[in-house]
Amino acid sequence: MPGSGSYSTQELMITAAAREIRDGEVVFVGMRLPIAAFGVARLTHAPGAVGLFECGLVRHAPATDMLYTMGDPPNQLGAAWATGLVQVMGQLQAGRVDAGFIGGAEIDKFGNINTSYIGDFSNPRIKLPGSGGAPDIAAMAGRLLAIMNHEKRRLVERVDYVTSPGYLGGGGARAELGLAGGPAAVITDRAILRPHGPLNELHLASVHPGHTEEEVKENTGWDLKSAPRVVETPPPSKEEMDALFKVDKEGFWR
Amino acid sequence: MGGKLLSLGEAMGRHVNDGDAVVLGACLEPDVPFAATYEIIRQGRKNLNAIAPISDASTDMLIGAGCVTQVTGAWVGNVSGGLGHNYRRAVEKQIPHPIAIHDHSNFSIAMALTAAAHGMPYAPLRTLLGSDILRSNPRFKVTENPFSETAEPVVLVPPLKPDVAVIPVQRADKDGNCHHWGNAGLIQEAALASDRIVLLADELVAAEVITSDPSRVPFPGYRVTAVCHEPAAAHPSPMTGRWRRDTPFLDQYHRASRRRDDFLAWLDEWVLGVADHHAYREKLGGRLEELRIKDDAPSAPANYAAK
Repeated sequence: MPGSGSYSTQELMITAAAREIRDGEVVFVGMRLPIAAFGVARLTHAPGAVGLFECGLVRHAPATDMLYTMGDPPNQLGAAWATGLVQVMGQLQAGRVDAGFIGGAEIDKFGNINTSYIGDFSNPRIKLPGSGGAPDIAAMAGRLLAIMNHEKRRLVERVDYVTSPGYLGGGGARAELGLAGGPAAVITDRAILRPHGPLNELHLASVHPGHTEEEVKENTGWDLKSAPRVVETPPPSKEEMDALFKVDKEGFWR
Repeated sequence: MGGKLLSLGEAMGRHVNDGDAVVLGACLEPDVPFAATYEIIRQGRKNLNAIAPISDASTDMLIGAGCVTQVTGAWVGNVSGGLGHNYRRAVEKQIPHPIAIHDHSNFSIAMALTAAAHGMPYAPLRTLLGSDILRSNPRFKVTENPFSETAEPVVLVPPLKPDVAVIPVQRADKDGNCHHWGNAGLIQEAALASDRIVLLADELVAAEVITSDPSRVPFPGYRVTAVCHEPAAAHPSPMTGRWRRDTPFLDQYHRASRRRDDFLAWLDEWVLGVADHHAYREKLGGRLEELRIKDDAPSAPANYAAK
């Protein structure tokens, strides 16, 4: 619905995520939306980007057939490297991965992400599936790129459990632990948030077409502040739409 | 010598005991040994410690069937479906009984198995700093890097030494020499860390097939305890070059496991009411044939000639 009828919210999110990938970068891709973003980036501004998958795969180009998991046969066919998790995540720990995508059930104003427990971990109200490799990517990638649905119950003041560290309590707390990087962008279905100021608190940086600053703030569980300059997220360009059609042949995200 | 070739029922009966720490799924999304999961449930194993970084719905099934009292891993759910309903019921409502969770990330469980595989007293990690996994799993220790001139915290993870690892592979000979290809996840670390290794071979081949390409061998045959020739042992998960993923089957499981009664009915239909994996394949029938990979995309041969 938002914006014109010519692209879906997911396609806008994919495009926004693709723009976060720079040419020549080595990127932990993960599943679903980021796979499409990697494909769009490769076909547009970042033809030299490399995709890593924690199951032990490296690809120069996204798979051409639909994937339900990163280990599906189309992701194996034509891979640049089929190896073990330790080799791929070892590159991450060695500081040789520029960026990584993760999703999550809950994120807070310092970009900490919870995918483990809602409530007290010793007696949780909801047991979520858990971490997978997200804490490893969050701790060790050069830039963390998070993709979330923008709901008040998901964007919260403080997560119940830090599965994957963002800026922790804010400021230099993360750097003091010797952790690299940190969240660079949180891409939601309404907006893009980025860390700003000495506390590295997430601020509203870009509002998607068809949404307003007020509405985004109303749907955020903390007192979301605006960055000094808030822009409208540019809709997908002709070139990006062409890339999207090539990457998403079956129209899964349309 | 010999005698490693067993039926799946014999292999699980002999080599998976009540109370064992069992790796069921070490390749992440592909090659989850569902056939072994089903057989363990049929045989009514109890008090297992289910070890897996991510094992699609396999761990959720074992929990719902009451086989598990401990879970050591990074993720338990349904990869395409989402939450693990049996996992939730066990943790939130102690149904069918309470379970203890030993939280890991994918990399920390990988390094815990690596430490055990190589006889290391522990493995040092840069990951998990700042994560509450350090609070919910007290087995990790945080110390200072003794080689750093400035203060630098390091996480130490103790070795994780399973009793048995069950590993699906594309092909093996009767002595446990095998080939595996595609992404490897943690199969090498999990197998080498474990006291016993049970192979689920999609195809049983002559020894010469394996020795023709030793670079494709993930761990040596002398470490393997038992070999089961069991095609489609990973169904509904995929196996590179052999089987596609049966996503509708996992979706159906996801829906059926939402309620305890429906899960028990699912278990009767697909596990307890099915004699063995041969009968399971028969029950799947044409659906399984649809999932068989029919295209050919062979690798180029590698020359190992000595002169």
